[in-house]
Amino acid sequence: MELTVGPNQFFWPAEDWSAFYGSLAEAPVDRVVMGELVCSKRLPFYQERIPEALALLTEAGKEAVLTSLSLVTLKRERKHTADLAAMGVTVEVNDLTTLAYLPKGMGFHVGPLVNVYNEGTLAWLASLGATRICLPPELPLSSVRTLARAGRELGIAIEVWGHGRLPLAISGRCYHARLHKRTKDNCQFACENDLDGLDVKTLEGQPFMAMNGVQTLSHSYACTDYQIEALADAGVSALRLSPQSQGFTRICQNYRGRVTGVLAPGAIAADVQKASPQTRLSDGFLTGPSGVAWSAGPIPS
Amino acid sequence: MPHTQPQIPICPAALAKLLRLTPLVPVSLSLTACSRRIANRHPGLFRRLGEHSRKRFILDPADLPVVLCLEPNGGQPKVRALRGRSEGDARISGPLAALLGLVHGTYDGDALFFARDLVIEGDTAAALALRNAVDDAELDLSQEIAAMSAPFSRFLLRAVAYAQRRTGVSLARPEEEAAW
Amino acid sequence: MVMEIVCPAGTPAALRAAVKAGAHTVYCGFNDETNARNFPGLNFDRAEMREGVGFAHDHGSKALVAINTFPRAGDQVLWHHAIDDAAQSGADAVILADPGLLKYAARNHPGLRLHLSVQAAAANADIINFYACTFGVKRVVLPRVLSVPEIAAINAEAEVETEVFVFGGLCVMAEGRCSLSSYATGLSPNMNGVCSPASHVEYRDENGALDAKLGGFTIHRAAKNEPAPYPTLCKGCFSAGSQTGHLFEDPVSLNAEQLIPQLKEAGVTALKIEGRQRSKSYVAQVVRNFRAAVDALEAGQPLPQGMLARLSEGQAVTTGAYKKTWR
Repeated sequence: MELTVGPNQFFWPAEDWSAFYGSLAEAPVDRVVMGELVCSKRLPFYQERIPEALALLTEAGKEAVLTSLSLVTLKRERKHTADLAAMGVTVEVNDLTTLAYLPKGMGFHVGPLVNVYNEGTLAWLASLGATRICLPPELPLSSVRTLARAGRELGIAIEVWGHGRLPLAISGRCYHARLHKRTKDNCQFACENDLDGLDVKTLEGQPFMAMNGVQTLSHSYACTDYQIEALADAGVSALRLSPQSQGFTRICQNYRGRVTGVLAPGAIAADVQKASPQTRLSDGFLTGPSGVAWSAGPIPS
Repeated sequence: MPHTQPQIPICPAALAKLLRLTPLVPVSLSLTACSRRIANRHPGLFRRLGEHSRKRFILDPADLPVVLCLEPNGGQPKVRALRGRSEGDARISGPLAALLGLVHGTYDGDALFFARDLVIEGDTAAALALRNAVDDAELDLSQEIAAMSAPFSRFLLRAVAYAQRRTGVSLARPEEEAAW
Repeated sequence: MVMEIVCPAGTPAALRAAVKAGAHTVYCGFNDETNARNFPGLNFDRAEMREGVGFAHDHGSKALVAINTFPRAGDQVLWHHAIDDAAQSGADAVILADPGLLKYAARNHPGLRLHLSVQAAAANADIINFYACTFGVKRVVLPRVLSVPEIAAINAEAEVETEVFVFGGLCVMAEGRCSLSSYATGLSPNMNGVCSPASHVEYRDENGALDAKLGGFTIHRAAKNEPAPYPTLCKGCFSAGSQTGHLFEDPVSLNAEQLIPQLKEAGVTALKIEGRQRSKSYVAQVVRNFRAAVDALEAGQPLPQGMLARLSEGQAVTTGAYKKTWR
């Protein structure tokens, strides 16, 4: 199984951004998706660094891909989408708006924020030129299996959310700005201090979600440590690892160890718990009663 | 119908007091007979309950000293009037007028619930199914009762007339529907 | 032309009530997971749908069938049958969100009018025109993330009709792109047609305060005599940083009644009322109110003042994203 690094969902200082993608050149991953997924206002802070990172990763033998925004509404966002389609780099579509701009015959990837729930939609995307689809994280293993089979027949590689906070929702409203009593237009980049999102807790103090500007993530980190064999058996060809500010290279190494069979099931979870005991893990969307559930027993506290 | 919900009338203490002394067996038998009649005339009501048609519902008119235990029983309903707290899968409580208003479509369940005129406990999905099924059935309790055979109808009609007189709670559907 | 009022019908009785109250159009769904209001006790079986569509037509109203969840892999046939049966029942259009379904409908029922559901969250003119040109979509229900000027800009460029929500429940997330519900409960709008489902709601009375839990997470607490909104995740009460409150959205519902003239000016064709889960009395009152409003607008008269707040969730209303400051 291959490893794909998904687009960074958070707003990091430009220096950190560059350092992160520099380190990925050395990481044991096959593919890196970069660019802005969540908020178009963040883009100017690191946009001019993208070409260099693309070149660096390509040179290091990785497939480098650019993501679209996940919600395109404004004029500048439409323009950005059009520019993206014209860059000549493979695009990962995370809002179907991108399809309106892609030149006919140009292949593309589909990201986890596009609703690919069934064979009909998968076949339709294939007919337009999709070659790789990362499925929505909420799909159960049974759907993954059916779609991987359909993908194989159509020559589409199927990827699954492997590790990291789950993107649960996207909105027109910026929650970080709202929290700081600012409007979205005058947000003053309220999200910049929360490198992995801001914890959202219930009234009883139970960690539940993470706020990331206009995006809402799970508080738990999805982890397919115990699902890798089942996913491989289902025909999944790649796992997606979602960037986090701490220990990401280690995550990549651990997953590489697991997919090559060097590490046993449970090794990743154990290592995460060792490095960061407060981190909660989940894999419930695949086989559990709800997304937040963790197959290895009670949620680690 | 007014645009805003009217104040919900509360049953006067005198009626509540009277009910404290009424023997409940004939009440239960009458209500069961009435519910059977409704089941025959509105089979869709019980079909709509779907997986919830075997549950037990406690309808608790908060201004009365009795509760009604409704078991849809897959279309062979049974109703018992009981005193004191009793257990069921779902409990719906509120002033009698609110509960009847739900049946007759005078009130909106969600609005009553948001305003906490109506309280749901236990199996929320079952309570919702009952509310939705009843809302679709377009019942008119006074007509259902009037069409029943004696002696049950006589007993219930007397109670209904008394209740309407004393509380202003309507046991019939609003006129507007019929006039249209 | 008078703006079209599109009204919810969760049951046959609500459909009749909406038509009698003056709905130009009603929308409803089958009683299964093919529609996004798959709630206990709601919706239409096949015979009820035929009768309902017939009743609407007999009284000069249109009937739309919402098949707006995303088919489950391996079980698409359930959704395909829903489209076939909607077409056969004489529905004036089907409301779809899934591209695979749009393709199926366009290929197998070329005469059937297609509306793009809000669940597709088509939020700009490019994607709207793409749907129109790819599948022949005739109308798009716009997501509730857009301001009135943005809607006007879309209509200036879009080749199809637009429909916008004016009253009822309010999604704060882009519709069809939210899995908060399945994260907490395993059931989602996209897959199961339910959000924050009643089967996972638990109320607990704590000395007069009413706690509401969803999937085991306490997401709302109403003090004695405070209104108790249904525990929808995005309108729950949470804490982040040093703040506790409704971090995503207050328990409000949408009421854009007073924006109707601006929406008309913005080129909107139809006004949609949310609430297939609400009672027929609610539907009738809201429909009557909005019908009076669009009739007044057409006649050049002032809009009647809205009095619908008590019917609303938590009894507070918002104009949502239509005013830019909401963001």
